[in-house]
Amino acid sequence: MKILVGVKRVVDFNVRIQVKPDGSGVATDGVKMSMNPFDEIAVEEALRIKEAGNAEEVIVATIGPKACQEQLRTALAMGADRAIHVLTDDEIQPLTGARILKALADKEEPQIVMLGKQAIDDDNNQTAQMLGALSHWPQATFASEVKIEGNTAIVTREVDAGLETLSIDLPAIISADLRLNEPRYVKLPDIMKAKRKPLEAIALADLNVEVAPTVKVIKTTAPAKREAGIKVGSVAELVTALKEKGLI
Amino acid sequence: MERESMEFDVVIVGAGPAGLSAACKLMQLAEKNEQELMVCVIEKGSEVGAHILSGAVLEPTAMNELFPNWKELGAPLNTEVKGDDVYYLTGEDKGIRTPNFFIPKPMHNDGNYIVSMGNVCRWMAEQAEGMGVEIFPGFTASEILYNDDGSVKGILTGDMGIAEDGSEKDSYMPGMELLAKQTIFAEGCRGHLGKQLMESFDLNKDADPQHYGLGIKEVWTIDPEKHQEGLVVHTAGWPLDNHTEGGGFLYHMENNQVSLGFIVALNYTNPHLSPFDEMQRWKSNPKISQFLEGGERVSYGARAVNKGGMQSVPKLSFPGGLLVGCDAGFLNGAKIKGNHTAMKTGMLAAETVIESLKAGDVAGKELSLMDEKYKSSWVFDELHKTRNFGPALHKFGTFLGGTFSWFDQNIFAGKLPFTWRNTTPDHATLKPAAKCPVINYPKPDGKITFDKLSSVFLSSTNHEEDQPCHLKLTDPSIPLSQNLPLYNEPAQLYCPAGVYEVVKDEEGNDKFQINGQNCVHCKTCDIKDPAQNITWVTPEGGGGPNYGNM
Repeated sequence: MKILVGVKRVVDFNVRIQVKPDGSGVATDGVKMSMNPFDEIAVEEALRIKEAGNAEEVIVATIGPKACQEQLRTALAMGADRAIHVLTDDEIQPLTGARILKALADKEEPQIVMLGKQAIDDDNNQTAQMLGALSHWPQATFASEVKIEGNTAIVTREVDAGLETLSIDLPAIISADLRLNEPRYVKLPDIMKAKRKPLEAIALADLNVEVAPTVKVIKTTAPAKREAGIKVGSVAELVTALKEKGLI
Repeated sequence: MERESMEFDVVIVGAGPAGLSAACKLMQLAEKNEQELMVCVIEKGSEVGAHILSGAVLEPTAMNELFPNWKELGAPLNTEVKGDDVYYLTGEDKGIRTPNFFIPKPMHNDGNYIVSMGNVCRWMAEQAEGMGVEIFPGFTASEILYNDDGSVKGILTGDMGIAEDGSEKDSYMPGMELLAKQTIFAEGCRGHLGKQLMESFDLNKDADPQHYGLGIKEVWTIDPEKHQEGLVVHTAGWPLDNHTEGGGFLYHMENNQVSLGFIVALNYTNPHLSPFDEMQRWKSNPKISQFLEGGERVSYGARAVNKGGMQSVPKLSFPGGLLVGCDAGFLNGAKIKGNHTAMKTGMLAAETVIESLKAGDVAGKELSLMDEKYKSSWVFDELHKTRNFGPALHKFGTFLGGTFSWFDQNIFAGKLPFTWRNTTPDHATLKPAAKCPVINYPKPDGKITFDKLSSVFLSSTNHEEDQPCHLKLTDPSIPLSQNLPLYNEPAQLYCPAGVYEVVKDEEGNDKFQINGQNCVHCKTCDIKDPAQNITWVTPEGGGGPNYGNM
């Protein structure tokens, strides 16, 4: 079987995010970009399923400008077999992303579409669920353990109350949570090999999906700065200070 | 232990201006000779540019030679220098502009560009990859590998996935041997392998000790009304006293940003001096703060620079390898520039390797042609001309030393028939803390001046937490038994990232604490520790700062 993994290029998690002075978005010029960490976990899980003999091919796909190739090459260096790059310079919202992934799934016919539970840039946590709805495939989100048994996947999910275990028929959508695995380090020879692995570029227009954005970003602002606190010497002082502020 | 290995013709350690220039020049020459050449560059930063910190005003001499068509190729040299102001600061709210006539010639910047060297390196890496160079960011060169005859045969990349206690984690990946006919070391100032090479091959035998400065830099987005793209400002004097060398810079880059910083020479004598706090209070002088008010600080970082000049340049060749750029030390202190000389020496190393290959096998050979090429290059000429600049400041202080330099450079063109030397290494200059005045630094105002931790935050520094500390103490007792009583443990102050602290443990006893995760890889501790007890080794690959356009 085939596994299709979606990866997204995002501002690296170590970078301190800065909002553009005009409030039109987050500054990305000269900023380090990386693969969304949850997507890296998704790639790792797909590779482990393949290495356990439960899949034959891992395909990674991304949507975005030319520079996103870097993230595909990273996934190829980790061990993915080939990559698909849907080229566009436009901003892609979750619904559009899900439609594009649906088009790729129709084309590639994978048994599992593996995604990160959310991207750390917009924190939407929507694409996997939307793809589930569009494809009418079962979905198991927030996976912390995945077992493949024949034509079913046994997925442990991290839910508010603890852990929930689902058994879903394939083909299915699985989204990876933080504790699913720890992605491997990439080996030097594999980086060199990755450069020769197949990477197919498709123009977004050729996929015939509806791309008009449905959500409009009005303004981006940085969180308000926390004001410095004061130290109080006694409970009495604390009470007075709280009273002065009108809090009690 | 049996390790995997890969073989190349040339392995280059460090994707900075020197290493990348070497890589590009190697491929250009190989192509010209229709020769197949396998070249790889390894870089400890998480990406090319992540560990590059430089002013920077770039003199495009070497760039013109390496890529005569750099403009068409889109090199990010976008801001030509349009104005050149030098101030002598006389106090916290005073400064005088030095008339152009009185400025030593090497400090003039006509025809130079204000750049982010990190972005220039990113661009150079693209050029190199386009020519077939393998660049591996996120991998450290942790050890030098030697042949049985003692010649260098390559480097070992650092192990990944080692826990703090030294055990192997699930993600453990052993380092690999990268073998080469010639290994070019381009680690930058105080490279940890360069330091070992200088010892094992006695490369410093005929040179003075290297001298260093610590540069601390910030990038600000400022009020467009105050921004003057292309303006270069340098300052001397306050807040340093006349016997502590150093100075400030402020460059108006593109996009309403300014790059500013302060360099303190590491031969300072007062252990109470804090380079970080000097830099912060320097910004409060109106000559600087006038530009910053109403602006926002977007990035912070620090890096040691070498400034020993000609007298401190070691031998550059040894069996199996070459030293280039700041790993050897070609910064021109009078120009306050080293990128062009770093690039040029990288190119010289490439020429050396290619010409030697024509003559026969170079594996493990000592290519002394490199030293000859350096001595007949413009790098040597300019370092020779300005050889007395650093020592003059050291001997006579900023004011008289600066005056000497004006005569030396503007009247005698660097041809005075003597060479001054400075043979005391920087770690040996501290005076006992008890005999030095305590410096009371003003509290940060949170607008123009800031504290250390909020600053380090802006360097986007990260190290995998569960790994052995990469700052090694040869004798763990020295910080508390010697450095603390004698010098008030100066690491607490000279470290610009707050890595070193003397704290109280649960019983109220002093404890020396190393916060290795904060380290911005500036190497100052390795240089300045009076007992030479701290050794900087490579942490897990990809760790350290993540500088954007620094």
